[in-house]
Amino acid sequence: MTNISSSVDEPLDVPLSLRGPASTHAVVGFGFWLFLLSDIVIFAALFATYAVLSGATAGGPTGAELFDRHHVFAETLCLLLSSFTCGLGSIAAQRGDRQATYGWFGVTALLGLCFLYLEFAEFSTLLAQGAGPTRSAFLSAFFTLVGTHGLHVAAGLIWLVVMLAQIATLGLRPMVQNRLFCFALFWHALDIVWVGVFTIVYLGATP
Amino acid sequence: MLGKLSWAAVPFDQPIVMGVTAVLLIGIAALLLLITVKGWWGYLWREWLTSVDHKRIGIMYVILALVMLVRGFSDAIMMRAQLALAAGGASGYLPPEHYDQIFSAHGTIMIFFVAMPFVVGLMNFVVPLQLGVRDVAFPVMNAVSFWLTAAGCLLVNLSLFIGEFARTGWLAYPPLSGLQYSPDVGVDYYLWALQISGLGTLLSGINLTTTILKLRAPGMGYGRMPVFCWTALASNLLIVASFPVLTATFAMLLLDRYFGFHFFTAEAGGNPMMYINLIWIWGHPEVYILILPAFGVFSEVVATFSGKPLFGYRSMVIATMGICVLSFCVWLHHFFTMGAGANVNAFFGVATMIIAVPTGVKIFNWLFTLYGGRIQYTVPMYWTLGFMITFVIGGMTGVLLAIPPVDFVLHNSLFLVAHFHNTAIGGVVFGVMAGLAYWFPKAFGFKLNERIGKLIFWCWFLGFYLAFMPLYALGLMGATRRMQQYPDDSWQPLMLVAFSGAVFVLCGIVLTVVQLVVSIRQRRSNQVDGDPWNGRTLEWSLPSPPPAWNFTRLPQVSSLDAFWHAKSASEPAQSPAGGDESVHVPRNSALGFLLAFCSVVLGFALIWHIWWLAGLGFAGAMVVWLAHAWRTDREVLIPVTATAP
Repeated sequence: MTNISSSVDEPLDVPLSLRGPASTHAVVGFGFWLFLLSDIVIFAALFATYAVLSGATAGGPTGAELFDRHHVFAETLCLLLSSFTCGLGSIAAQRGDRQATYGWFGVTALLGLCFLYLEFAEFSTLLAQGAGPTRSAFLSAFFTLVGTHGLHVAAGLIWLVVMLAQIATLGLRPMVQNRLFCFALFWHALDIVWVGVFTIVYLGATP
Repeated sequence: MLGKLSWAAVPFDQPIVMGVTAVLLIGIAALLLLITVKGWWGYLWREWLTSVDHKRIGIMYVILALVMLVRGFSDAIMMRAQLALAAGGASGYLPPEHYDQIFSAHGTIMIFFVAMPFVVGLMNFVVPLQLGVRDVAFPVMNAVSFWLTAAGCLLVNLSLFIGEFARTGWLAYPPLSGLQYSPDVGVDYYLWALQISGLGTLLSGINLTTTILKLRAPGMGYGRMPVFCWTALASNLLIVASFPVLTATFAMLLLDRYFGFHFFTAEAGGNPMMYINLIWIWGHPEVYILILPAFGVFSEVVATFSGKPLFGYRSMVIATMGICVLSFCVWLHHFFTMGAGANVNAFFGVATMIIAVPTGVKIFNWLFTLYGGRIQYTVPMYWTLGFMITFVIGGMTGVLLAIPPVDFVLHNSLFLVAHFHNTAIGGVVFGVMAGLAYWFPKAFGFKLNERIGKLIFWCWFLGFYLAFMPLYALGLMGATRRMQQYPDDSWQPLMLVAFSGAVFVLCGIVLTVVQLVVSIRQRRSNQVDGDPWNGRTLEWSLPSPPPAWNFTRLPQVSSLDAFWHAKSASEPAQSPAGGDESVHVPRNSALGFLLAFCSVVLGFALIWHIWWLAGLGFAGAMVVWLAHAWRTDREVLIPVTATAP
């Protein structure tokens, strides 16, 4: 990143678009936002596919027969709560409080793991019932949409572990702070996607 | 141990392929030997392979595109020769299964590995210079983008010698591309090569969008941005919004092929038409990803060589962004025959025709820029004028095809093939060739030979008309595309004319090589200063070639065509005025090169089902990435003395 500080001493009445290159933090954040948008477009394609194929059960089980809402509610609670603790972790990191940062991000990782465990349990139940992704187009779309979200959560967990290691070795320097900021954006975005999954896949499958 | 890979995968029985293999292997060996003997490895590694300078990366993109143009064109002239020969009982020299691979490879290569890298390379080189900044937003990621594109490119070329390529056309429609009808590795080569290079393109799109929206010289508001930057912005927004759809669609087809899912199969509820919808939701914006930057090049060229500001800057910007939005509303016109119903077809037909309006606005703006201008007939101007004639014809046949009843007659005919080549060659190729001739002196400090440049233009211009006007006629007579031979002998004369066109284009490509050699030999006499064309935008305020950090002090911009105004106000060029500052530049990084290496291993292993090797490739990529994440010495300080002019 070219780091030019000319924007700092500009008078404030100059419009934002004329002030010259933005700060590294703003540039990194903006770039990551764009990445998240592109990621959400992937999910949009998967949601659209699910919407088209959700009725294509090929004589196999339907969503209403397969999904257990209590189970999914527990998953949802884990993920939403992890978003909250992730927010607390971000605040701690901004304050430079390392212990609290470890603590809150540790809780975030645990909740993420719980979510993944619950999802894994759901998938294995379905597979045991013979309702795997090869059974019908509906189940292909279901496993792909929900599984892609799960993969993102898993990738997020690995990222989180790497970030904790970076805090331990590199400290909360600006480079690490910027990455934590991006991680938090990523984690919250996964929550938003999950709200869509919960609404469209699970609540949508009414008997 | 080696999955599906065995010696049977190498086509020893095909003399054409083995001949090409031998020539290429000898060529590559000779090149490597030359580099070793001359001791160039250190230079190559330091200055190019690990470079994160946007100018170097842009140049490497363009070199990649030019090399792949030769490959893609070889496919083209082989097809034209086949169709010229296969008549009157003769069946030509290419058997159908080989011919099918050739047209699939031709389309895939020309779009993904010629047009895309050429356009992305030009944007990479030009955009930061025009914006008056030192580099793109994420220089290391920029190198990663390029090397991932190169990795995909390598996989496509490997398919020539090890295994085979897809026989499915350049978009691999299922169910033909599903496991049941394409059980061999051709489609897997296609899918993994494009997944890897597509990731590179997406990262590049994010990078350039961030650069344009967040990094501009002080004073360069949106209304003062050069038109090329506007078109680059539109193009990269489209990349960010549409390439993920391609990734998701290919991922679903891969799941069908590798794990027996039923997205696009003809059984268990799968829906092949959904693939066609999804792929064109990416595919139509892709058309504009390629053509909008070409429009940007023409805008710069027309204004520069008419000695006038671009006519209707604002309407140009609005038209560009209008096309950017509309391009997402027309995808269904690629398959009116799907049977979506009259109302749906009418909507997409009308939406398609509406795109002709902003495009027409642009054509008129260029014409009015020429009007009353002091026109210099340079090589970029030749391409631009050739484009304005050719592209209008292509646009009009496009509007014809946008009428659903007409499309029902012409769908998948050679008329369609002629139409999209009319816009792809007349628009994109002419545009990047204009851009190449226009910015080459900025990149290297000397001009390309003008006389040969004009000859190249005439070869392409005449070659295009000879090759594709007959196809319009053949399409209207009922010739469908993707046929290895046609039963009607009366079509052979037109096929021969089309072949002669391909020969003209061949001359153009040979002359391009000649032009490079001649220009490099004459570089002393063709040497130029920073501003060889009497340019208008900030890149011309820099020396040619510009220093690694571009601007020692960022220019203060106060109007459109900033450099032109600085010149006419006879102020000294702003940038070197205070050459008394130290500059931070990003340090070189091998991340892109190493990630690309790992992804070639990963992709190759996945194509051949060599799972342990795939694991190794993935692990390698992760290790490289983690090592990079712990790197803290990311910038080098260029001291005051080195930056002083």
